Amino acid sequence: MESRRNPRAVVDPKVRQVGFFTSSQPDSTQQQQPDPIASVSSPPVSTISPSGNSLSPVMIPPPRHNSSDTFPLRGAAAAAASAVSPSSFSYSSRRDFPDGSMTASPGRVSRGSFVKSYVPVASSLPGVGIDSMAAAKSSSVPATGLTTVSVVNMPPGLSEEVQSDQKNNSKSLKEKTTKAERRALQEAQRAAKAAAKAEGGGKVPPVTLGSVAGTSVKAAKTAKPTSQKNDVVVAAGPSEKKGGPSEKDRKKDAPHPRMQYDDESRVVKAKRRAVVKQTEAKNRVELFRHLPQYEHGTQLPDLETKFFQLDPMHPAVYKVGLQYLSGDIAGGNARCIAMLQAFQEVVKDYSTPPEKTLNRDMTAKISSYVSFLIECRPLSVSMGNAIRFVKNRIAKLPITLSESEAKAALQSDIETFINEKIIVADNVIVKHAVTKIRDGDVLLTYGSPTAVEMVLLRAHELRKKFRVLVVDSRPKLEGQLLLRRLIKRGINCTYTHINAISYIMHEVTKVFLGASSVLSNGTVYSRVGTACVAMVANAFRVPVLVCCEAYKFHERVQLDSICSNELGDPNAISKVRGREDINYLDGLTNNTNLQFLNLMYDATPSDYISMIITDYGMVPPTSVPVIVREYQKEHVLV
Amino acid sequence: MWRRSPSFILDRHSSSSPPMADTTRVPFQNPDSISAYYQARAAHHGVISIDWLAQAKAAVGDVSADEQLNSTVADLGTEKSFNVIEEFNNWRKQPDLAEAVAAIRALAAVIRASEATTMMELEIELKKASDTLKSWDKTSISLTAGCDLFIRYVTRTSALEYEDFNSAKSRLLERAEKFGEISCKARKIIAMLSQDFIFDGCTILVHGFSRVVLEILKTAAQNNKLFRVLCTEGRPDGTGVLLSNELSKLDIPVKLLLDSAVAYSMDEVDMVFAGADGVVESGGIINMMGTYQIALVAHSMNKPVYVAAESYKFARLYPLDQKDMAPALRPIEFGIKIPAKVEVERSARDYTPPQYLTLLFTDLGVLSPSVVSDELIQLYL
Repeated sequence: MESRRNPRAVVDPKVRQVGFFTSSQPDSTQQQQPDPIASVSSPPVSTISPSGNSLSPVMIPPPRHNSSDTFPLRGAAAAAASAVSPSSFSYSSRRDFPDGSMTASPGRVSRGSFVKSYVPVASSLPGVGIDSMAAAKSSSVPATGLTTVSVVNMPPGLSEEVQSDQKNNSKSLKEKTTKAERRALQEAQRAAKAAAKAEGGGKVPPVTLGSVAGTSVKAAKTAKPTSQKNDVVVAAGPSEKKGGPSEKDRKKDAPHPRMQYDDESRVVKAKRRAVVKQTEAKNRVELFRHLPQYEHGTQLPDLETKFFQLDPMHPAVYKVGLQYLSGDIAGGNARCIAMLQAFQEVVKDYSTPPEKTLNRDMTAKISSYVSFLIECRPLSVSMGNAIRFVKNRIAKLPITLSESEAKAALQSDIETFINEKIIVADNVIVKHAVTKIRDGDVLLTYGSPTAVEMVLLRAHELRKKFRVLVVDSRPKLEGQLLLRRLIKRGINCTYTHINAISYIMHEVTKVFLGASSVLSNGTVYSRVGTACVAMVANAFRVPVLVCCEAYKFHERVQLDSICSNELGDPNAISKVRGREDINYLDGLTNNTNLQFLNLMYDATPSDYISMIITDYGMVPPTSVPVIVREYQKEHVLV
Repeated sequence: MWRRSPSFILDRHSSSSPPMADTTRVPFQNPDSISAYYQARAAHHGVISIDWLAQAKAAVGDVSADEQLNSTVADLGTEKSFNVIEEFNNWRKQPDLAEAVAAIRALAAVIRASEATTMMELEIELKKASDTLKSWDKTSISLTAGCDLFIRYVTRTSALEYEDFNSAKSRLLERAEKFGEISCKARKIIAMLSQDFIFDGCTILVHGFSRVVLEILKTAAQNNKLFRVLCTEGRPDGTGVLLSNELSKLDIPVKLLLDSAVAYSMDEVDMVFAGADGVVESGGIINMMGTYQIALVAHSMNKPVYVAAESYKFARLYPLDQKDMAPALRPIEFGIKIPAKVEVERSARDYTPPQYLTLLFTDLGVLSPSVVSDELIQLYL
């Protein structure tokens, strides 16, 4: 049994080893490598992730290593696949695994499948949010991952590299194996080609390039243009359209310079299609590698200059995307409404190209706009559901309608959606929620949820006597906006930060929270910190009421806050606005021993929620799947 | 005055007691807001108080006067509403009949006797009649829920799309009768469904005098099951004593407990049975005071708590805590004089949250508490 245990000293602590481990000694497992890997590749995805081989899928490795990346890639892919609810995306990767007879190809396949399957799923059902996560994952992973051309040589190469990885912590891997040399050669060729076609070598600052390269193993082989291409193409990856299974087999998911592409033209096309040049952030938390994280502040000026060159992009969508990037529009409802209004503009200006049908072409256009928006900022669930609705509507347009009729119908549909599902829904929620507010209540709220704000204002109008406790948290400090608006209306307020929550909870009578989404098992997916507030409220036996419109419900199930989330700007944590003297963390952003984690969302289990107030009335968290079911029926009927 | 917040001293200063608007509007409601529902129950059990009699007389008399005064519809309208209350009282006189069922029957009679010529008019009539019934006793949850559900059920038919009014009306009548039938038979269905849960040699703890639970136990005895029952005393109504009388007539071994002896005896109990005044949307129940206590004790000792409730008791309420419901007070006699300064907690019922309930026996089947909301959503959607 001792061979099964990893001697801890050898392993890089950054490598999180999950599940069972076979021996990690590279020399002893050199011969074993092919088998576990091969055997691992065949079983279904669900078994791969936690209980897999030490070196293969389970490890979430440091970014440097060439060969080990494939496996963690696969593992991470597997983990994501198993975490994601059944969707075409996970099925395709599942399908691809057994196909990969060669060890490396499953890795490649999985990544290929990510990209390929992302797009069809984007146009079909389950939450686009997940898919964007998956796509984002796929785009982020290649930054660190590496596939090898020659599959046959993988195992020895892998073991060698693993061995070297364990011994060598440095970011730039100076050792070259024969395989690596070959790889380097190919990449140099590729880089040369890419550089020739690159839109402008100087756009991406060399610093970030270097650092991006630094995070990845292949510093040795990486040429600057390569990294740049990597960045560009990484972003372009998600925007890939249709992919049949055969293409998935051949193509890696996000076009990655260190990856070998069979299809050169595809890579170039993808790169050309990418609008937003996202630079991968360096120094990321291991556990959240599956989420995209980009350098903040680099895209906006770039995009602004490109404003007049946006051929494929509609200006309204471009504008909305920029607003997302800069953070001007935040909050589920606001983002959704902005996006839908942009789509209305799109429809208004649309004209069917010759030889194409309105349905297909408009759907394709919408998909491309959606991928642009995803590049700016990952979709929220509300936006995902709205997009699904729009695509549904487009698909249902009768062929017999003339173009102008169809356009008018679409525009009015979108208008109705905004009106019914958001504005009127909010009114209904307010109507229900004010019945729960009694005189003498002390209401606590967290962050700045629009629905809760409306409830409080309405209750104040009805002359109910209550006071409000606004809990806030860094770095966004959204509670201050809510506070301002409440004070203006003359509501008695108290303001505190979330670290004082257990201190003030004893005087609270009810907690009102907002939600970005409510999932099928009753879990509330909301701004980070909400789970904390709900938990403390539960401990003090204070009822927790969640106000959420029904269009934000989703049929997926999430058990933790890790598998699907959004990463914000890590610098926002290290700096405090207005306090220049708090600069203790300056210069530490690149330190390998320190990673910043700025999560945007978290998942609150349904046990902490007393009631969910929706436009369908007040329901217990267990009834959310019923509403999701009824809701979809409504869509079908309507 | 007694609120959650320890700052109740501050709150007392800042808040003023809300005016008792309700009582002035409805003359036959006791200004002390004694729950007519619980008094009616007490009456059924033979504990008739003079107040209640006077009140009932006033109710019947005043309502007709009230309606004549307030009615904006022609004589037709007054006759109808007079009819409704009369019908209702007719039905209600049988102690075995649940109030809500009586109301449902009365509403069905309204449809039958209606002389409306359009669907809208009929619906308006129904609505008026149901409002009248509901206002008879605002504290009765099953009455309100029953009326609401009846109206939703009856009008939720595509028959309303038909051109011919008479056929639509007959369809409505059909549905109304059916609903009345179901509600009447509900108890029998529930009794049948719960037989599987009573095994030979089991000990059942019962709280309050629920006719549904009595029906269950009766049926079990008739099926020759051997079990014994522990009844809580059920002060101040004395429901426990009444129940034990009934049960001993059926030759079921009964033991009376003080309300405070529940935890003491919980060890030897296999299951707890309770009725419900209303089943709320979260899946919890509103029942006679003391049910929450017993459910808590049973839950902590891992004993199942079964609730027997007809489906017309599903109400669109969602209490967050004990005080979140409309108050229903009843007079409590202690047997000795209480000084005037001492407040007495006179609430007649409490709310048991769904996590302490194991199963609901309803005429729709044996359900888990979370199903209540599903049913309501489907009906109200």
